[in-house]
Parts: sequence; structure tokens; C-alpha cells
Amino acid sequence: MLTIKILGSGCENCKKLAYLAERAVIHLGVEAEIIKVTDYKDIMAYNIMSTPGLVINEKLVSAGRIPSQDEIAVLITTELEKV
Amino acid sequence: MLTQKYRLHDKNILAWLAVVTAALLWFLLYNMAQPFANWLSYGLLRSEADSQLGESLAFFFYDVPKILLLLGGMIFLITTLRSFFSPEQTRAWLGGKREGVGNLLAASLGVVTPFCSCSAVPLFIGFVESGIPLGVTFSFLTAAPMVNEVALVMLLGLFGWKVAGMYMASGITIAILAGIVIGRMKLENQVEDFVWQIKANHAQGMTYRPTWSERFTNSWQSTREIVGKVWMYVVVGIAIGAGIHGYVPESALVSIMGKNAWWSVPVAVLIGVPLYSNAAGILPIASVLIEKGAALGTVLAFMMAVVGLSLPEMIILRRVLKPKLITIFIATLTIGIIAIGYFFNIIL
Repeated sequence: MLTIKILGSGCENCKKLAYLAERAVIHLGVEAEIIKVTDYKDIMAYNIMSTPGLVINEKLVSAGRIPSQDEIAVLITTELEKV
Repeated sequence: MLTQKYRLHDKNILAWLAVVTAALLWFLLYNMAQPFANWLSYGLLRSEADSQLGESLAFFFYDVPKILLLLGGMIFLITTLRSFFSPEQTRAWLGGKREGVGNLLAASLGVVTPFCSCSAVPLFIGFVESGIPLGVTFSFLTAAPMVNEVALVMLLGLFGWKVAGMYMASGITIAILAGIVIGRMKLENQVEDFVWQIKANHAQGMTYRPTWSERFTNSWQSTREIVGKVWMYVVVGIAIGAGIHGYVPESALVSIMGKNAWWSVPVAVLIGVPLYSNAAGILPIASVLIEKGAALGTVLAFMMAVVGLSLPEMIILRRVLKPKLITIFIATLTIGIIAIGYFFNIIL
């Protein structure tokens, strides 16, 4: 089971990233839980300085930018292969 | 692995080719703006060259393509330049710097580091949590929105590089001084307590190194986004400006907006604050007001109030700053901006 976290206070870019992550998950046909982390205390635990952040299985994979749907798919498969 | 590397290489070459072609096209269009405006207003629309209507039309048809082209080209250039900087890198550079040097560096980096007010909180926490002094952090937080790329490009297009340079220098100066003042006031207890309790896991931090093709793609996207957001304001602003240009007599505004109207600077700042992010529409009007006798310092102060004192950003910062510190921050910026306005009105 994959856990994907979107770090961000609910700004436009965070919503865009959440949408793309959802699309990537559906496209790959994997089972995943997408959690939006909006509390700054929790966001800062990942030591990011610009939002949105993308966390896959507790690993920060991008911050301060919106990766494309394809890139998110690649990031997800890389994490899945590790398991 | 090898083929993948080659493909990446090809992508970068293609991206460069696209950018160079676009740049050539841009220069061609930019140089055609004036003849096109004259042809359209005096040839096609048959207005008299010296008439009020003719002057207004020529002004409008020249300024609209010129400013929009400048905005597109320059914002692309600026965002590409900014892609070489990151908040993480900036924090590393600022670490362990003293007051003064630290404030100067923070204000300068505030201009070039990519910044969005929605990220102001993580950035603030990231800075103070790693031990960067509060004053230095505020220098960064002041300069980042104050030296705004849209405002800079519009000033460059409408007033020339000297005024654009003055705007940038003023923004950095205010950021340095505001940071030093806030640093000296020892306001660490006015930061929300949870900020001091956060201990970030430093092993996780990451910086991403994009390829040229990614840099250009991202810049193109942000350029489209920014120009898409402001072009309407620009067109409407220039239309109003063009009307004033053609119909309002010279020096009509000297008495109300000239150097000797001392109250014009604070009034301009007060009007500027609620106009957040509408710099694009207001600057073309401001440029014509100057032509009719308004003072440049007043206009610069107005500009900085519009972009630097933004209410949305203050609301976001309220999450990490107690009301007293927010008030001090706003007051310091307001005083700084008004002082800069008077300064330019006196020396120019």
C-alpha cells in the first residue's frame, strides 16, 4: 500500500499537484492513499522551504515545483520497486 | 543508459533552438511596434498626426504591443535566471552571516530567489529554525515581494532603465534597513511559539537540478501564467493613459501631484496598499501622470506600496508572527517607502 502526501497550505499549486498525483495513481492502476498535509508543523517535519511538496512512502521526492504527471508516475514506480 | 543520455542531450539542444528562434522573432516584432502603430493610427484609421485623437491612438497602439512584448520576454529571462537559485541554497549562503552583511545578502538574494507568498511560512520557519537571525530573515521577506518582476519590467518599458534601477535599489535599501531595525528590536518573543519548537529533519532537505529543457519549459509556463493574469490590466491601463496623454493639457497635475504637494507621497502609499498586484494596470496611467507634472518619487513610492505591502502576504505571515510583530513590520515598511518617495522628490 502506497502513501502519498501532498505538503502545502491549500494554495493553487498544492491543489494542482494533488490532482496530478491522483491522475498518476489512477493511470498506473496502483493502490494508494493520498493525504493532504496542511498543518505547518507537519509540513516542516520534512524540512521543505517552498510548497508544494510531494512525499511518497515518507520520502520527500519534490519540493517547490509541480512535477508532471509522467514524472510523478516514474517517482511512484521507483518507490514501489524498492519495496 | 547511453541512449537515455543522448536523448536528454537532444532535448536540451531543441529547447535552446526554440528559445533562440523565439528571441529573434521577439526582436523583429519589438522593432516593428512603432511603424505598425503609426501605420494603424495615421494610415488605416486616418487620424490627423497632430490631433488629440491621433496622439492618443498612436500612443495606445505603440505601448500595448511594446509593453506586452517586454513583459513576455523579460519575465521569461527572469524566471530562467531564478531557476539557478533556490530557497535552500539561499539559506545555506545566509547561514552564520552577521548583521549588516547578512541583511545586504538577504535583500539581494530576495530579488533573485524564486518566491511566492504562499510559501512565505515554510520559508520563514526554514530560515529562523536554521539559526538565521530574525532581522536577516525580514530583509529577505521584504525584498522578495518588493522588487517585483512585473513592476520592474513595466518601469523599464515606460520610464527607462534608470527609473527601473532606482526602483530596484530603493527596494533593496528598504529591505536592508527594515531588517536591521527589526533585528535590533529583539522581537524573537513575537514569533509564534510553535516555530521555535520545530526541529526539522535536516537529512531530508533536497535541491533539484533541472535540465535546460526543463528550465525553459518552466519559464515558458510561468511567463504564460503571469502575462495571462496581467495583460487585461495592461491594456486597460494603457487605454486610460492614452486618453490622458492626448486630452489632458501639459502640467495640469503639477499642483496636486507635483514635488511641492508634500502630502502626495503618503496619499499615494495609502492608495497603493489595497491595489495589490494591479501594478500592471496602474503603471501606464502613472507614467502619463508624470508627463503631465506628477513627481517621480511619488510614483515610485506608490509602486512599492502596491507590491511590497500586500495584505494577503501579511495574513499568511500572521500564522507565524504575533500581531505586534506584523504591525511593526508593516509600520517599518510604510515609513521606509514614504521616506524613499520624499528622497527622490527632493534629489530629482
